Order: sequence, then C-alpha cells, then structure tokens
Amino acid sequence: MAANTRDIRRRIKSIKNTAQITKAMQMVAAAKMRKAQQAALAGRPYADLMSKVLRSVGEQSEQTHPLLEVRAVSRELVLVISTDKGLCGALNTNLLRELNRFEPAKTTYVAAGRKGAQYLARTKQSILADFELKDAPKFAETKVISKYCIEQFLAGAVDKVTVAYTHFVSTLTQTPTLRTILPLPPAEVAGDGTPAAEDAGGGYLYEPSAEEVLGGLLPHYVHFQIYQMVLDSRASEHSARMVAMKSATDNAKQLIKDLTLEYNKVRQAAITTEILEIATAQMAMG
Amino acid sequence: MPTLRLEIVTPEAKAYSDDVDMVVLPGIEGEMGILPMHVPLMTELKPGELRITKNGQETFLAVGEGFVEITGERVSVMTDMAVEEKAIDEAAVQAAIERAEKRMREEHLGDEEVASVQAAIQKSLAQLHLKRRHHRG
Repeated sequence: MAANTRDIRRRIKSIKNTAQITKAMQMVAAAKMRKAQQAALAGRPYADLMSKVLRSVGEQSEQTHPLLEVRAVSRELVLVISTDKGLCGALNTNLLRELNRFEPAKTTYVAAGRKGAQYLARTKQSILADFELKDAPKFAETKVISKYCIEQFLAGAVDKVTVAYTHFVSTLTQTPTLRTILPLPPAEVAGDGTPAAEDAGGGYLYEPSAEEVLGGLLPHYVHFQIYQMVLDSRASEHSARMVAMKSATDNAKQLIKDLTLEYNKVRQAAITTEILEIATAQMAMG
Repeated sequence: MPTLRLEIVTPEAKAYSDDVDMVVLPGIEGEMGILPMHVPLMTELKPGELRITKNGQETFLAVGEGFVEITGERVSVMTDMAVEEKAIDEAAVQAAIERAEKRMREEHLGDEEVASVQAAIQKSLAQLHLKRRHHRG
C-alpha cells in the first residue's frame, strides 16, 4: 500500500511540473500572439488596397509584364511557410498535408521555417532553398525570400509559384491555405466587378510610363503579399500554440485532481486497514 | 462641389481616410495637385510632403516611397510611411538620420541593406524638411 501512495505522489509531482511549464509557455505565447496578431491585422488594409489597385490596372490596360505572363506549367515552385518550433497543435500537420496535392516530379520547394524544411527533407522532396525567419519578421527579411521566388520565375526555372501558409482568421481558427502568387493570378488582377472600373471610365495614364510604374508596382505587390503571408503564419503559430498550451494545462490540472482523489482514497484505505488490524490484535489479546 | 476620397495606407496602419477638396503629392516626376474629376492616373510616389486641403484647412503629411492610384473621385496612396506634421519629433528624426549615416560609414552592408538604409535617410529627411519649413513659415 505504502509503495502505491508513493507512486501516486510522484506522478502528481511530475504532472504539476509539466503543468507549470505548459502554463509558462501559454503565457509567453499569449504575449507574442497579441503582437503578431496586431502586425498581421494592421497590414491587411494596405494589402487589400493594393489588390484593388492592381485589379483595376489589370482591367484597364492591356499591359503585359513578365510577372503577369501565364505559361504552361511544367515546373512548379512551392514556398512553404511553417513554424520553427513544435508544440502548436495540428498547425504544421494541417499545412503540410496540403502539400500532397502537388506532383512530386514537377514540384520544387522553398522552405521558410524549420518544420517545413524537416518535413520536405524527410519525404525526400527537392528543396531549392531554405530560409530562416526571425520571430518578428521584418519586411527586408521576407523580401529576400520573395526576391528569390521572383528571380526563379523570371529566369524560367519555374512556371508557377504557390505559397503554402496558414491564414489567420481568429485566435481559435487558422486555415492552411495555398495561394498562387506568380504569375499574378488573373483572378486577382482581372477584377470581379469592383467599382474601380466604372469610375475610371477610360484607360489609365501612367507617369512616367506604364512599364516603369508596373515594373515598380508588381514586384512590390509580390514582396508585400509574401510579407503579409509570413505575418499571418506567425500570428497563426502563436495563436495555435497558446490554445494548445492552454488545453495541455487544463488537462494536467484535471489529471492532478483525479490523482489526488485516488491518492486520498488509497491513503484512507491504508489507515482503515491499519486500525482494523490493531483492533483485531487487541481483541485477540483481550 | 464634388470631393475626392483620399485614402492613405501604410503596412502598419490606415493613416488617413476622408473626403477632401484637393491633394498635392510628391510624384516621381514632380509635385502634382489632384482635384476632383482628375483623369485616371497611376504614378509612383517619392519621399516628400503631401498636402491636403479640406474646407480651406490645410493638413501636411510626410510620406515615403510608394504608389498612387487616382481616379475621378478617389485617390489611393500606398506608401511605407505617412506621418502628420504634428507627430514629427524633430530630435528623434535627426537622431535617426545620424544613426543611419553612421551605419553607412562604419559597417559593411550588402546591396539590400544599403538600399534600405538610404530609403530610411530619405524618409527622415522628408519629415525634417516638412517640420522645419512650417516652423519658420
């Protein structure tokens, strides 16, 4: 009996330690989450306005630009934005499951984030590059990645660039998303009936020239979209981690409660038997 | 009288959104004034001063690099910086310029970094010019 109570006590102690750790991680994730969410949401108006502008440009003009060029897809590039660390629930699993849609023979990958890189290495996919991202990514840092993707596309090494990232919806919901970023998809450039087309009336004037304005705007659009997707992924990561850690802490607490109950029961039983033994012994002596 | 819907957004926030009478902005080919019913136009923005007139009241903003889309009733400004004149802290801006210049002098920077530091200096200078001019004037 005594050994049993000691076992239970030991288990309670170790679960308490685990709960402390998960609780601490939850707090850290919550603080980071707030910052990351703010950053992700703050960028949205800019991204929206930019797609709107690009859409009306696409409608108005017959401009061609290398980044708009649609080619038959023989090689595809996928940029996988994942997290560096685990313990964030099913976030990475869900994201990486989306990659099954691509044909391994036609697809090459660029990884941003360690988990994605590990997965790609494990499944023996061809990886072109592996970028590291800091916790609070800066525009200049993600620009390196987007520049690399643009270069690959312009060089003709790949005919399509897709980004796999986790779209941040709310603290509880994050959806793994695949988005084609190059060639700038007609769905984004050719409009869906926004008022921009009506009030513009005719074609746009460009200053100094269409090539120069589009030459500046389109790459910037790609850079910014990828930056925004990285921010979204970060916000999703911290949200998912906070939720996962919260449920881990809750589970640990429940477990402690159950074990304490059992411990008390066992202890009580032991005391009862002991009293019984003493009483019996006394009666026998008696 | 028709008005213009002006929207200025930066990656960090929506900096300005209102109906105004006139906007003067620093285009890549020089300053240009936009009135309602302007012909549709796309241009690039360079760091400088953006002037808004609304009901006879003028507001000044320092803006960074970016793009402008103009239609007859809407002006959309996408830029990496937009600060109102009141919010500019001259000392802080001065310090930022010195820091950036020091980095340019003392560190070995890659092309990307040089470009980004130079852009930062440009933006800071735009703020400074705006602040100083209105102090005197």
